[in-house]
Amino acid sequence: MSDQINDGRRKVVAVTAAAGACAGVAAALPFAASMLPSERAKALGAPVEVDIGGMAPGEMQVKEWRGKPVWVLRRTKEMLEGIKKSDAVVADPKSAAKQQPEYATNEYRSIKDEFAVLVGVCTHLGCSPQVKSLDAQAEMGADWAGGFYCPCHGSKFDFAGRVYKGAPAPVNLEVPPYTYLSDSKILIGDDKKGA
Amino acid sequence: MAATEKRPVTGFGPLNGVVGWVDARFPLIKMWEEQWGKYIAPKNFNFWYYFGSLAAFVLVLQIVTGIFLTMNYKPDATQAFASVEYIMREVPFGWLIRYMHSTGASAFFVVVYLHMFRALLYGSYRQPRELLWIFGVLIYLCLMAEAFFGYLLPWGQMSFWGAQVIVNLFSTIPLIGPDLSEWIRGDYVVSDATLNRFFAFHVIAIPLVLIGLVAAHLTALHEVGSNNPDGVEIKKQPKDPATGLPLDGIYSHPYYTVKDIFGVMVFLFVFAIIVFFAPEMGGYFLEYNNFVPADPLKTPAHIAPVWYFTPYYSILRAVPPVLGSQFPGVAAMGAATMILLVLPWLDRSPVKSIRYKGPIYKGALALFVLNFVVLGYLGTEPTNVWGQFGPWLGNVERATVVARVGTMLYFAFFVLMPWYTSIDKVKPEPQRLTW
Repeated sequence: MSDQINDGRRKVVAVTAAAGACAGVAAALPFAASMLPSERAKALGAPVEVDIGGMAPGEMQVKEWRGKPVWVLRRTKEMLEGIKKSDAVVADPKSAAKQQPEYATNEYRSIKDEFAVLVGVCTHLGCSPQVKSLDAQAEMGADWAGGFYCPCHGSKFDFAGRVYKGAPAPVNLEVPPYTYLSDSKILIGDDKKGA
Repeated sequence: MAATEKRPVTGFGPLNGVVGWVDARFPLIKMWEEQWGKYIAPKNFNFWYYFGSLAAFVLVLQIVTGIFLTMNYKPDATQAFASVEYIMREVPFGWLIRYMHSTGASAFFVVVYLHMFRALLYGSYRQPRELLWIFGVLIYLCLMAEAFFGYLLPWGQMSFWGAQVIVNLFSTIPLIGPDLSEWIRGDYVVSDATLNRFFAFHVIAIPLVLIGLVAAHLTALHEVGSNNPDGVEIKKQPKDPATGLPLDGIYSHPYYTVKDIFGVMVFLFVFAIIVFFAPEMGGYFLEYNNFVPADPLKTPAHIAPVWYFTPYYSILRAVPPVLGSQFPGVAAMGAATMILLVLPWLDRSPVKSIRYKGPIYKGALALFVLNFVVLGYLGTEPTNVWGQFGPWLGNVERATVVARVGTMLYFAFFVLMPWYTSIDKVKPEPQRLTW
């Protein structure tokens, strides 16, 4: 045994240790990746068809898409007027934030004025808001023009899913990608026909 | 400390031979004496010194009841809720084991909060116990993770929506947020995949870390020695000439063994009363909505975390979104827990114990505790609980204003500590321990 440090051997030790550390990181990757959504979970996230043929004005359907509630609401005349009226009280009246596809970036945030298609998940922390009609002014305040109310933290949205000023939710409700397969059928989750 | 020739084992009667055989091959007697048997503790431990051993006791209780619960629980989204009801109704004494576990979770936080308050009272986080305190904070963080993962398992409405809200907190992190929360859930929504992995974290991953941290916490404690209500180091005192031990120190065993067992007994009285007569604690320990199976399409009218998270939940809600992002609130909540880690370096007082600290610290601590309770209460209620201020204040909700003030007070207690502890008028510490 000599007291002298063998630099060559030291280097081999360092390189081996570094290689071992790389192998350790590489070995951790499959474990981390195993926590990503599985093939089955991805398949279950496929688009959903909604039949809107028989919906009366004011009627709402809730469909599950990727485990989230998607609202399909046939808006009445009063609801559409309420949306116009709430322009002054919502935070993003022109829908500047990209919470909707291009084709829904308009006054009513929809392809056809009558039918609202919205992801029913509050943009604050993911609760599901509830419908509050125009009559709920006593509870919702004088500026209420009808819409949705999130019970978790009190965010308010109009019937186009636009968030009221001062609400905890930072942006409007999301409009999912969707398309009309026919006049009475909507496909949620895909906007390329025939998908 | 250096290992010398081992003393022959005595005191085990006919078993001296067996114990001696083990001790020759494993440091049995040495470990026992260092960690407890010959550990010298200050003689003046008071009421506040029950909560460390009680926390250890509750940990054992949770592990044992948890093991028996896993024998009947099914971590499957279609079966989880029913399997908990099965445990409650059909497994012999299943109701008792389940209520012990659910009450134990709240008891754990009660005990740990009191244990942490003790540290704030007597400066137990100060040099040389900084690392001991840091291990403690890490244990506290682990406990929060453990409680959060565990709360999803019954798969009730509150389990589901609470997890939904908390996992979505991660999606507010800029850039990586949405992918990160998808990775945590293993799906686009809290689902069976989420339940399964939370079960894995709850029953094995976090408990292993927790036990390791508890071992580190105790080892660090027995290395530096216990603080005491006077905040005076007994190791710096003159030694008893006859024994060579600190004058104000006594052996943990049997003195504090007996004291701690008495504490466990009193604790069990209270614990049993709650388990048998009020396991839901009016909705605070087990929320009523959690007796409804999880429904991803229907949010409960009011979502609140269990009471032990609510002070931080209040802080989260109090911070307004910035540039359309909820992240500042999430960051504030994270900072509120992380700031505990640097506490040892914030306190500049020349004395440790509140007995010798000045009026400013006493006031600050009292205000901090009151504020913590108010924030905790507000976190259990919707933000409109106290109505709104009039138009003169923009109709802003009263509770939100209070939570904002409370959030600032919470941080002020820590951030201003270097200043107010250094100007505070302190009393001289005694040479010997008092009672």
